[in-house]
Amino acid sequence: MRHFESTLSDRRLEVIIGNLLRAGVVIAATVTSIGGLIYLAHSGKFLAHYRVFQGEPADLRHVKGVLSESSSGDGPGIMQLGLLLLIATPVARVAFSLAALAVQRDRLYVVVTLVVLGVLTFSMAGGQL
Amino acid sequence: MNILELTGVVFGAALLAGLIGSLTGLGGGLILTPLLTLVLGVDIHYAIGAALVSVIATSCGAASAYVKEGFSNIRLGMFMEVATTTGALIGASLALRVSTGAIAELFGAVLLYSAAASLWPRARSAATESADAAAMSLELDSSYPTATGIAGYHVHHILGGTSVMLVAGMLSGLLGIGSGAFKVIAFDKVMRVPFKVSTTTSNFMIGVTAAASVGLYLRRGYIDPGLGMPVVLGVLCGSFLGARMLPGMKTSVLRHVFAAVIAVLAIEMIFRGLKGTV
Repeated sequence: MRHFESTLSDRRLEVIIGNLLRAGVVIAATVTSIGGLIYLAHSGKFLAHYRVFQGEPADLRHVKGVLSESSSGDGPGIMQLGLLLLIATPVARVAFSLAALAVQRDRLYVVVTLVVLGVLTFSMAGGQL
Repeated sequence: MNILELTGVVFGAALLAGLIGSLTGLGGGLILTPLLTLVLGVDIHYAIGAALVSVIATSCGAASAYVKEGFSNIRLGMFMEVATTTGALIGASLALRVSTGAIAELFGAVLLYSAAASLWPRARSAATESADAAAMSLELDSSYPTATGIAGYHVHHILGGTSVMLVAGMLSGLLGIGSGAFKVIAFDKVMRVPFKVSTTTSNFMIGVTAAASVGLYLRRGYIDPGLGMPVVLGVLCGSFLGARMLPGMKTSVLRHVFAAVIAVLAIEMIFRGLKGTV
């Protein structure tokens, strides 16, 4: 059984993680909506073109390209930035948990979280076994 | 169909996907993928990208409420993420070397069995069972809110649960799915934690599993902003709605919804395996 103090800080950890996830999705949804409005105003009347897979333009396939597209006010670029912010949210949650567990001096879970963050970083950077 | 109409239809389907996903611990891909491919004629590659976005949105949207309310067991989730992310990495690497069609059919068959199994009552209720030594030393035992107040529970069979989680991770890497169904089954049937804790802890985890494979799909150009936008907004609305409904729902009702949903998922997986669109 965990003693009282550590249970208390676990409860706080839950509240902070919940707020972090909430903030992440609200920011992502706001950015995506702004891009969506620009996109629909410009292209809403055009025909959708998803029947044949062509893949996204090169600029929408990596963070740097998305940043430059969105800063020039391009609708799809801003929407893609919103999607990237959403994808970053669970990663930020793992990174925050790592810091919080280190403060709690919970060695076992610091190691557990480090492994998860390591695998995530490895696979997001394009690593394969 | 013009872009405005398509956006509206996808938003509606995403809302339903987020609602069902947040109640059952699944990611919502099982609703979006057939709608996009079979009804709207969207190429499967774009559909896979949209489904991954849907998984992350369901997870973050629902878990933000479930973690704060004390439903999700975050230590259990984080511990099992080691198995699911490692599995996802192995699965994504294997995907190039094995027939994913056969795997989808096998997965479908296992899900059909699980749909039936999830309706069988437990022999004993988890709260009355004795503690598991491994779960104790990993500090996994916890408590959650019920209609009659906070109830404690034990976590059992850590090794067996971890093995199923590893398989769940491999399936998500192989098939491009969130594999929430297997996570819920591992928690509920193997580790024997309460059903609402099973689905909400799965919700907490699926975002990280999906994030582990989304980078690869982004670089391949599968993530389309025009489809992703209505998916994210719809799923978030749906998952917030579901997270408000869950605390008051009866577990027996949730079990039936879960069984029905994974039965549909099973048929879909078998169909996709036969058609070779995995």
